[in-house]
Amino acid sequence: MAYSDKVVDHYEHPRNVGSLDKDSGSVGTGLVGAPACGDVMKLQIQVSADGIIEDAKFKTFGCGSAIASSSLVTEWVKGKTLDEAAAIKNTDIAQELALPPVKIHCSVLAEDAIKAAISDYKKKAGLE
Amino acid sequence: MTSVAKTMELGKKAGHPIYMDYQATTPCDPRVVEKMLPYFTNMFGNPHSRNHAYGWEAEEAVEIAREQVASIIGADAKEVIFTSGATESNNLAIRGVAEFYKAKRNHIVTVVTEHKCVLDTCRHLEQAGFSVTYLPVKADGLVDLAELDAAITDKTVIVSVMGVNNEIGVIQPLAEIGALCRKKGAFFHTDCAQAVGKIPLDVNAMNIDLMSISGHKIYGPKGIGALYVRRRPRIRLVPLINGGGQERGMRSGTLATPLCVGLGEACAIAQQEMGAEAERLIGLRNRLLGGLRQRLPEIYLNGDLDNRIPGNLNVSFAFVEGEGLMMGVKGLAVSSGSACTSASLEPSYVLRALGLDAEMAHTSLRFGLGRFTTQDDIDFAIDHVVTAVEHLRAMSPLWEMHLDGIDIKSIQWAEH
Repeated sequence: MAYSDKVVDHYEHPRNVGSLDKDSGSVGTGLVGAPACGDVMKLQIQVSADGIIEDAKFKTFGCGSAIASSSLVTEWVKGKTLDEAAAIKNTDIAQELALPPVKIHCSVLAEDAIKAAISDYKKKAGLE
Repeated sequence: MTSVAKTMELGKKAGHPIYMDYQATTPCDPRVVEKMLPYFTNMFGNPHSRNHAYGWEAEEAVEIAREQVASIIGADAKEVIFTSGATESNNLAIRGVAEFYKAKRNHIVTVVTEHKCVLDTCRHLEQAGFSVTYLPVKADGLVDLAELDAAITDKTVIVSVMGVNNEIGVIQPLAEIGALCRKKGAFFHTDCAQAVGKIPLDVNAMNIDLMSISGHKIYGPKGIGALYVRRRPRIRLVPLINGGGQERGMRSGTLATPLCVGLGEACAIAQQEMGAEAERLIGLRNRLLGGLRQRLPEIYLNGDLDNRIPGNLNVSFAFVEGEGLMMGVKGLAVSSGSACTSASLEPSYVLRALGLDAEMAHTSLRFGLGRFTTQDDIDFAIDHVVTAVEHLRAMSPLWEMHLDGIDIKSIQWAEH
């Protein structure tokens, strides 16, 4: 099974690897997946006072497609509002990375990670 | 004769990764190919043709090969039948014996870490009314002899335990198992696809009644294998393939003379070189394991180290997923016990059977070393794997938690 060029590029040059201060009120953290299933994604967003995602970082335990999916979404969410980021669909991720059917769950996990990070931020900010 | 230098090039094709997957398959040794070639062209006769020289010379070649195969396992040539490979041999041994003796005995004992072709055969026999006991293994991958003893009943027709496991390379105590089976009156079959040519085997000293052998695991051709079937006391079996009654009626069909010759020559070379080769490979394996352990924390060997063939290492690199790791070590052709490498999305059942957590099974790599592996390959592999593991740990949330002193088992994960 060969990976698409975009997956290989994200795997070899992952964007925005790292961590933000999870205790900060302006940071939302999403931790999804399970070690037993072979993939865990941590996605963090830093949100400005006017509700724009200023920064995003990820760390992922998983296959190349999982790493690429999470790396890609950190690029996509930056500069978006929370609602815009929440609208990112796993199918967009899968299409952009040309994921084969057996790897679709990686894109689903990345979508879940965005939603989890947004939800965490909203809880902290008293928005939900 | 092909030069040694040229031979050492095998597994190092330009633009290809270095081959370290010798438990998956091996290249044909050029010495083997050389022996085979004339039997494709000039000496093409049907070995079963009794009326002319074409048949006679092919038959002679096949019988020499049969003796070479018999010799490496301490058997008589008459006890060796050629098959298409170890999968067919395992099917024929288990199914054939079970079917033949089913009026008297209907119970089979095997082990959960067997190759799929043994387990799947047993599943089919269960559907056909046989009962099967699947023994667990200990954390080191070996069967517990007391449990085996307890599992064999007066209804047990056959016990099937592999000689060497394909994933973790551990060697089962064949002599002890053989003695137990003999004492209890059950036939002992062993899948030795990964054992022949790697460790000394003697069907008589080990009380083995049936043994499966593969060509392509021992630098012979693909598409050929053998089944040893004991003659004294005689083991009977129902053939899977009916026809002209070749191979003493147990496996009909015209023998593939070049493939038989190849298997025979592969056995002869392995028998001659086994001692020196084992010593060399143990040196390389220790260098690989030592190098990895020296430079990487949190790595774990899967399966017993002492009772293991020289050419196998199976290591879990904690907090790094196996398929992601394989993508990082693209200069090496290895395999992983990670779910993502299989269609099933389940991590290796062999590693799970050792009691490994699913997350550790996901982080494993199997390194298979062999005849054409060099010290340079090992040094390259160490550097390559260390670099990839460090790269991936730097982006692993689990590694970060580990460094922060968080036990990842204490977290409520949402399994998907």
